[in-house]
Order: sequence, then C-alpha cells, then structure tokens
Amino acid sequence: MYPRSFEYVSPGSLDEATSVLASTEGAKVLAGGMSLLPLMKLRLFSPDVLVDIGRIPGLSSISDRGDHLAIGAMVSHAATASDSAIAEHAAALATAASWTGDVQVRNQGTTCGSIAHADIAADQPSAALALGATMVAASAGGVREIAASDFFVDTLTTALEPGEILTEIRIPKQGGASAYEKLGRRGGHTDYAVAGAAVWLDVSDGAVSSARVALTGVGAKPTLAEGVVEALVGTDGSDSAIAAASERALEGVTVLDDLFGTVEYKAHLAKVMTRRALQQAVAAAT
Amino acid sequence: MHVSLTVNGQRAVTDVEPRTLLVHLLREELGLTGTHVGCDTSYCGACTVILDGKTVKSCTMLAVQAQGADVTTIEGLAANGDLHPVQEGFWERHGLQCGFCTPGMIMSAVGLLSDNGSPSEDEIRHGLEGNLCRCTGYHNIVRAVEYAAAKMRGEEPPAPEWEEGSA
Ligand SMILES: Cc1cc2nc3c(=O)[nH]c(=O)nc-3n(C[C@H](O)[C@H](O)[C@H](O)COP(=O)(O)OP(=O)(O)OC[C@H]3O[C@@H](n4cnc5c(N)ncnc54)[C@H](O)[C@@H]3O)c2cc1C
Ligand code: FES
Ligand code: FES
Repeated sequence: MYPRSFEYVSPGSLDEATSVLASTEGAKVLAGGMSLLPLMKLRLFSPDVLVDIGRIPGLSSISDRGDHLAIGAMVSHAATASDSAIAEHAAALATAASWTGDVQVRNQGTTCGSIAHADIAADQPSAALALGATMVAASAGGVREIAASDFFVDTLTTALEPGEILTEIRIPKQGGASAYEKLGRRGGHTDYAVAGAAVWLDVSDGAVSSARVALTGVGAKPTLAEGVVEALVGTDGSDSAIAAASERALEGVTVLDDLFGTVEYKAHLAKVMTRRALQQAVAAAT
Repeated sequence: MHVSLTVNGQRAVTDVEPRTLLVHLLREELGLTGTHVGCDTSYCGACTVILDGKTVKSCTMLAVQAQGADVTTIEGLAANGDLHPVQEGFWERHGLQCGFCTPGMIMSAVGLLSDNGSPSEDEIRHGLEGNLCRCTGYHNIVRAVEYAAAKMRGEEPPAPEWEEGSA
C-alpha cells in the first residue's frame, strides 16, 4: 500500500541533514527503511518529511580506530555480519546482524537503524549493550556520545533527540569474548527474537573476571541482567556456575507477554539463551 | 520528483511522488508486471529485484531511493530467448505451482548463486528465507536451485527425483 504523502529530502552532507532536521517540524531520518517504510505503508506512522541519510558520504564504513571499531550509520546488517574485525572483537554483534531478518532485509537495513529504532525484539541493540558500545549522535548543536547503558529508554524509545542522527556506534576493543543466542519467531534463528541474550565476558587466571549480559525480547527494552554478572564473576565459568548464574537472568526485569510467548515461556527462554550464550563466550575466551 | 535509473539495461527516466515505492515504479510506470506484490508487511519477497548487485524488496524501498541505481527484474534474466539457468531449473524441477512467488524466488536464487556457486541444501533454504511460498512446500524450489547451480558450474544437473525412483 502507498504510504501517506510526505516530503522527501536527500542531503549531500551531514551538516545539511542536521540543519534540515533542526529546521523542519515532523522530519524523520530514513536509513535502510526496513522498519520505517513497513510502518508507513501500514499507515501506523506518517511523518511529514523524510530525511534520507543514504547519500551522505562517509557513513557506510566500518573502521578500526585502534582502541575501538566504529560502525557508520549506513553500514548494512549484511556488512556488519561479514566484517572480519567485527567477528574478532564483537562476535555477538556479528551473530545478531547475521540473524536479523532475511537476506533482503540484511542488504538494506542498517545496524545503526536497528539500534535507533530499538524494537524490544530486535537483535543488535542487546548485542551493543552487552559489548558496552558508545553511540555517537550529531545534531545542528554539535556531537555527543551516549553510553549504551543510557541509550535505551523504553519501547521504541532511545536517548536520541528529534534533531539527532546516530552517525556511528563504537565498540571497544576490550579483549575477552562475546556471543549472542536467540529463538526466532519463525523458529531457529529466523525473524525477530521471541527471546535472546547477548553476553561479553573476560577470563583471567581461570576465573571470569568481568562480564555484561543483555536480554532482548523479554522486557520493554534491551536490559542488562546484573544478577547473572554478580553470580558469574569470580567463578571458573564451568557449566554448573553458568547454569546457576543464568537462573538469575530475570532479576529486576519485568517480563512482558506478547503474541509470541507468555511471561512464563519467555522467562524460561531468556534463561536458556543466557546459558547458551555464556557457554559459547566462555569457550571462546579460554 | 525526478528519478532516473537503469532497469534491465535500459535507462528509465520518470517523475514520481516521493511515496511511490520502487515496485510501483516498475509495475505501473514501466509496465514490468513480472515483479509481484504479495503482502503489505515486507515479509513475502514476491517483489524481490536485484539492485546494484544485491537482492532487495522493491515494496520496501522508495522509487526515489533507487535514483541512479542499476535494477534487474525477472524480465531481465532471459537472454535472446534462452531462459536463465535458474528459470530453467524452476521449469525442469517443477519449482512452482501457482507461480505467484516465483519471480521473487528466482531473483533471490540468482542473488544467492552469485554469492555462492555451490550452496548446500541448508544454505539454499536460508538464502531463500525472505521469500514465502504458499503452494510448493519449498521442496522442489530447493531442487530447482540445485539444478541451476550445477548448470552454472558447467556440470550435469542431478537427475530428477522422480526418475531415481526414490520416493
Ligand atoms: C521482513 C523483516 C524482518 C525483520 N526481522 C528482524 C529481525 O529478525 N531482527 C531484528 O532485529 N530486526 C528485524 N527487522 C527490522 C530490521 O532490522 C530493520 O532494518 C531495522 O530495525 C531498522 O534499520 P533501518 O536501517 O532499516 O532503519 P529505518 O527503517 O530507516 O529506520 C527505523 C527508525 O530508526 C530511525 N533511524 C534509523 N537510522 C537512524 C540514524 N542513523 N539516526 C537516527 N535515527 C535513525 C528512523 O528515523 C526510524 O524511526 C526486520 C524487518 C523486516 C522488514
Ligand atoms: S510484496 Fe511482500 S515483501 Fe514485498
Ligand atoms: S507457487 Fe504458489 S506461492 Fe509459490
């Protein structure tokens, strides 16, 4: 179906894009369009102006900046999934990107768009949270950095202000290992997560020295599972230590039911996905 | 708004409203009705075309986003009256029933084979995840892609199952 009419702008530079956003009431950023256009076609959302950031030079690369990797706003899910530096330093994000939608969606949709859209069942936001990413936002007023732990505010709501463009996300090169696990709505890893877990951890002298665990699909936003980290850090990362820690996945999380699972089912899945992701990360870190 | 792009090797220049989807431009402005629309939710893949070498859902892209792009639709595959190996595979291995999903399936299969000339059955099934078929149960679609992959490698395609006597 045709979306409602709107005005379309395709700026040639970031400055032009931020000034259009600053001066235009009701303007919305268009990146890969894989979440925005379906909503507009169903007329669930009808912005007055679309600012297409797809032709702005310099937003389509993944760069190694020594202590971190930077993923630009127009880097597709497919590019994130197949990049060797991301695979090495941010395996959880590479896996989450490779399980986002289908081939066509991965060719068009962007990693930054997925993070900016912040669907509760999306894969890459929880990976970014577990990896301790930093989001870089540009507006007519300047550039600011937002820690992943401050970025996700609520369902489909982030710390980005209306005039801001998420220009890149930065993933620290922090050692250790990361992993992502999910059950997709269409079974296996296909489609949005019914529930999923992303983990990053480091192991030294035979013990888990630090960790971050983030859940997707269960609460109103990607959520850090602090209880798991508390239980896991200091242990040897054995299967039994992981099993015990995973039981604490939902401490402080309000699990929401939806069309794809009851509260009980999703709570169970979140623990299973946490356990599997932890096992993979421990195996990769040792 | 003014859009110019290349479709199946030919330049197309037209004026569209910003809300015109690429699939509308192809079907309604250019009369290329081989590209189908099967859903309103961006899930079915019947609208799949190849844009600058990559498969995309043309129902989920604005025509203005395709400004300057090189697009191949199902109509652009056959050359000089000869079917593309993937089209031939769907014909030879009965990869379709009603045929509604077929143009999109074929474009996705062409995209898959350009990245991976020898896909396993699993890789074929995953490679076609973005395309839904309500008729075939996918089995013969997989066989059709295997046929095409062999042909494109210059090999003899595997014999059809109904000739092997295997159920
Ligand atoms: C069939 C299908 C299956 C899918 N399956 C999955 C899945 O399994 N897992 C999953 O996680 N997702 C899935 N998705 C969603 C997909 O990942 C989207 O690509 C992603 O959510 C949005 O990225 P985009 O680049 O397409 O953004 P767009 O659709 O262009 O934008 C989405 C929203 O984010 C804003 N935005 C985008 N980029 C920026 C930016 N750089 N700065 C500021 N704001 C920005 C836009 O204004 C808009 O509000 C699926 C989508 C489809 C159509
Ligand atoms: S028409 Fe169904 S995905 Fe495009
Ligand atoms: S052949 Fe009928 S939908 Fe696939």
